[in-house]
Amino acid sequence: MRDVAIIGIGATKFGELWDKSFRSIGIEAGMKAIEDANLSGDEIDGLFIGNMSAGRFINQQHVDALVADYSGMATNHIPATRVEAGGASGGVAFREAVMAVASGLHETVMVGGAEKMTDLDDASINSVMDATADAEWEAGMGITLASNYAMIARRMIHDKMATREEIASVAVNSHFHGELNPGAQFRKGIPLDTVLKSGPVATPLGVFDCAPITDGAAAVILCPLKDAKKHTDKYVKVAAVAQASDTLALFQRDSITEFKATQAAAKRAYEMAGIKAHDINFAEIHDDYTVAGVMALQDLGFYKKGEAGKAFLNGETHFDSGKIAINTSGGLKARGYPIGAAGVAQIVEVTEQLRNEAGKRQVKGAKYGLAQSVGGNGSAVTVSIMEAI
Amino acid sequence: MSSVAKEWREIPGRYNLQGTKCEHCGKIFFPSRSFCPACRRAGIGKMKEVKLDRHGEVYSFSVIHEAPECNNMQKPYAVAMIKNREGVLISGQLVDVDLDKIEIGMPVRAVLRKLDADGAAGVIHYGFKFVPDN
Repeated sequence: MRDVAIIGIGATKFGELWDKSFRSIGIEAGMKAIEDANLSGDEIDGLFIGNMSAGRFINQQHVDALVADYSGMATNHIPATRVEAGGASGGVAFREAVMAVASGLHETVMVGGAEKMTDLDDASINSVMDATADAEWEAGMGITLASNYAMIARRMIHDKMATREEIASVAVNSHFHGELNPGAQFRKGIPLDTVLKSGPVATPLGVFDCAPITDGAAAVILCPLKDAKKHTDKYVKVAAVAQASDTLALFQRDSITEFKATQAAAKRAYEMAGIKAHDINFAEIHDDYTVAGVMALQDLGFYKKGEAGKAFLNGETHFDSGKIAINTSGGLKARGYPIGAAGVAQIVEVTEQLRNEAGKRQVKGAKYGLAQSVGGNGSAVTVSIMEAI
Repeated sequence: MSSVAKEWREIPGRYNLQGTKCEHCGKIFFPSRSFCPACRRAGIGKMKEVKLDRHGEVYSFSVIHEAPECNNMQKPYAVAMIKNREGVLISGQLVDVDLDKIEIGMPVRAVLRKLDADGAAGVIHYGFKFVPDN
């Protein structure tokens, strides 16, 4: 296996992009990444697309072919592969692409992530999201993805592992950073009360505990680390890519207040990178629901059980706190959550940070950045670690 | 999204809380599994169909205010994760209950109810829900 570098990144603005189609946002992100990597495009010999549900959101399947076609690569006849793993689609697509380059099967690969969600009404969008839980034994019973996270939150509060305020403060942290990110869907900080008093979605979680409906795309370009300098001076090393799974249905697990898939992926990632959790300077975590953020910090080994919520509430997770910075992009909550794009957008943010290009939200002197991408209620998780060169 | 074929296929577990017990390690699974994920090969051929105890208590719960299409007419409605007397966790709706009075530890039991229907003339989906067990 050879080392892999990220040599180009690109993303659209995230939000309600009424004037743009799925294919246009995919191409916009891809073109930015190609320009950033100083490529003509002909060098790219493989394409991986993270996308969860274009088939239901825009009635388009076979988006691998669509993206290859409209990015002008179909006539080069390169292989294009669509990857679906619920909310972890982007993270898994990234891992597949890294493996393709690391193995020597490919030289220069693009990973894209795209989702166009706002073309559908809210109840239909909920149905699509809930299909990432167990369709027969959860969604079929009326259980939603949000209510599963709500039941996690309720149990966490009951077991005194976190307070309602601590859980809500995950959203406050993400909005704090979202205000500093020009590409974010919501560029406005919010007080804790806004989260606590927001209308209920699935009690105890309210609207501001949930990531929004978003259109957006992101792309990164990979090549062997030894060749990165031929293209650009602005590259970062992929130190680790790890993936793990768990039962599809939340109720089939021994514990619902931790994601063992995150723990397993993190363990593999730290081993691969040859580092420990405390070496990570900042992380992009999958805060599709606030309570997931609390679990992430504990499952990734940044905080002990019962302490992550306090870290969010105290602002230890801010970019300038001197401790571990969490979701400097605004996370899924404020940057936005175009499902299949989210995991790739995390890689874009981590790369920007390690290239010292994150502007007002820049984490100073960072060496290692981590990205955690989650599908369903923790049934598929990727953990990737990038290293500044 | 459902179909007549799917409803027929799912009848055993959906109606009767039928799961499987691994006779190698004794662990009970719901819904049924073909082999034991703990014993794997050692448990092959030793999975026995069992009916689960219908009584248990609320392990966690939520009241849903934003629902998918098929449940939109029911909202707000309660869902719960139930730990039955055998220690098996099961998720389902919690009905015939004051939504403000649900609490963790509350005794409940499984009952057969209508879950959904495919339109006015379509197939009715039955399955289990939970009610307070006073």
